[in-house]
Amino acid sequence: MTGRTMLAAVALATLMAGSAEAQISVKLGVLNDRSGVYSDIGGEGSVLAARMAVEDARAQKIIGDDIKVEVIAADHQNKPDVGSNIARQWYDQDGVDVILDVPTSSVALAINQITREKNKVFLNSGAATSDLTGTQCSPNTVHWTYDMVQLANVTGGAMVRQGGDTWYFLTADYAFGHALERDTAAVVQKNGGKILGSVKTPFPSNDFSSFLLQAQASKAKVIGLANAGGDTVNSIKQAAEFGITQGGQNLAGMLVFVNDVKALGLKTAQGLVFSETFYWDENDQTRAWSKRFGERLNNRMPNMTNAGVYSSVIHYLKAVAAEKSKDPQKVLARMKAMPTEDALFGKGSVRADGRKMHDAFLLEVKKPEESKGDWDVAKILAKVPADQVFRPLSESNCPLVKKS
Amino acid sequence: MANATTAGAALPADTNIPTVLHEPRGTASFHLKVFIGIAVALVIAPFVLYPVFLMKVLCFALFALAFNLLLGYGGLLSFGHAAYFGMASYLSAYSAKVWGFSPELAILTGTATAALLGLVFGAVAIRRQGIYFSMITLALAQMVFFFCLQAKFTGGEDGIQAVPRGRLFGFINLADDRVLYFVVAAVFLFGLALIYRIIHSPFGQVLKAIRDNEPRAVSLGYRANQYKLAVFVLSTTLAGLAGALKAIVFQLASLTDVHWSMSGEVVLMTLVGGMGTVFGPIVGAAVIVAMANYLATLGAWVTIVQGIIFVLCVLLFREGILGLVARWVKRPL
Repeated sequence: MTGRTMLAAVALATLMAGSAEAQISVKLGVLNDRSGVYSDIGGEGSVLAARMAVEDARAQKIIGDDIKVEVIAADHQNKPDVGSNIARQWYDQDGVDVILDVPTSSVALAINQITREKNKVFLNSGAATSDLTGTQCSPNTVHWTYDMVQLANVTGGAMVRQGGDTWYFLTADYAFGHALERDTAAVVQKNGGKILGSVKTPFPSNDFSSFLLQAQASKAKVIGLANAGGDTVNSIKQAAEFGITQGGQNLAGMLVFVNDVKALGLKTAQGLVFSETFYWDENDQTRAWSKRFGERLNNRMPNMTNAGVYSSVIHYLKAVAAEKSKDPQKVLARMKAMPTEDALFGKGSVRADGRKMHDAFLLEVKKPEESKGDWDVAKILAKVPADQVFRPLSESNCPLVKKS
Repeated sequence: MANATTAGAALPADTNIPTVLHEPRGTASFHLKVFIGIAVALVIAPFVLYPVFLMKVLCFALFALAFNLLLGYGGLLSFGHAAYFGMASYLSAYSAKVWGFSPELAILTGTATAALLGLVFGAVAIRRQGIYFSMITLALAQMVFFFCLQAKFTGGEDGIQAVPRGRLFGFINLADDRVLYFVVAAVFLFGLALIYRIIHSPFGQVLKAIRDNEPRAVSLGYRANQYKLAVFVLSTTLAGLAGALKAIVFQLASLTDVHWSMSGEVVLMTLVGGMGTVFGPIVGAAVIVAMANYLATLGAWVTIVQGIIFVLCVLLFREGILGLVARWVKRPL
């Protein structure tokens, strides 16, 4: 292992030589699930998105030749200790400046702490927990793409405004499911909707039939699926077998990605309503980018997590170029001061609590006969403006906000 | 150390412990050399390798050693050791974070939890043998997993985060990775020495007798169940010590540590390293953790490579890596 230390020494020497010539080398580490249940959500797609961001930043002259960028990736296997070990090693030994993506809340919260301790930059795209900008918010973290508050606000609020004003919940019986139900129910009621009831389903579960029948019997207009991953997929599949959406009820998935819909197939998932902050088929710019993305990844379309990684890297590199430095505090201050703009999310901003602000979509899965292509899976029901999407600063429980 | 005469003297004269005969002369001094070698390696290692990685290896090595004590010397295959490892890690993290315990107290709290849990679960499980024993331990561990998933204090799937490392005995600052490393290394060496002592004590000899032929041990007048329960509790306590330590090292406790796949991983470590060898689990833990760490960039291939290594291990050297080495050097390790 002396080879490793020598390598580190060489790397350090080149780094020093680089700084003498006023060169900045930035190392971006994409840390996500590359082998497990979320590998389709983040995985290789997010690594590609980061690489594309670097290439585009160079092509669009956002960064010049004086800034070198390297992208590396690793698999955290959805285990906080594995992720935490990699992150520490990246920061301490491998000279990584920024960690990107990191789905799975427990791992994201661990990286959040380490990044703060080591004073680096953490641009999270993949995790849902709103604690990242709430009780556990950190000056070194920007939560880019989505969070639980947004999912509840958009799916709950916009659904009620669309006429889905009576709800019944299928809730996965653990902390995450309970929180999701509580948050969404609050939004539904605030918007004038009514909760007809809810049923707790064992976690994880393969058989949702009795719960779905209860939901069907409740005559609620919307059945909210307060679950994630395999539970969501199973409950949607079984709802299709019972013909729930054909019966006039709507299924609302709280945490569904476009890849999940593709995997389920339109026949099964049709009529399902869900929320993402990015949809590839929104406008010409997103379509063009997604086409380039797909060409390099088996014609797969990007989801919001991938898009978020791209967008966050672009903004970070802009800040580095503007500061002519990669000093984390300077760059983060610049990132928060400067408005964001890119092809995928349009205009936006980064708030003091680390929340990236942008619009979000309420999407509905198309019927098979409406679809014009492999990935033409959803239509946009509503576009909700950023200030109605995320938790307002006035309600924030982030200590950084109280100080200012 | 334990040679034939001292072990024989401590036991009733009519018992003939077979394992004692396996150890050729000079084994004790050879083991002493191995111990010194390990101690030297532990001192040099942090200057060559990344300390946090090493601490992880040591935590898992201690966990595997504890497991091996039960499987290799007690002949009991527990398939729920993650429960003790994980619960200890939760209690250690919780007491350090919420109750503000100092690290040594937090680790003791975690370890004591595992011991207590082991006593209760062990009392239930040892009543059955073989696969039934394994299934009972697995079932009880699953109950612990669901408890951790539902209970408020564990933070559900977010786990307990931002656990302070604190100051050991009030004046040693553990925030420095190197300092913490030497504390972990010391605890590890203590655990290793303890396990070595247990294995080579009269108690350990009786255990091996029960492992090899329980009815015979019973007919000789030993209360097999008491011995089994004792080794079960010792094993869970040491597994708990490893888990509690890990919570302080990584400053978090999560569902990963109580999940059944963790119970599987420790079986893997023990088998790859060498079941029933004293030092084998250390090698096994190092191999498995190093793979998970250095192959992380390979993504999905990690699990495939792990699987292939396991298959090769079972097909080519069933006694594990150190079992193979032990055959070369013609001494038990």
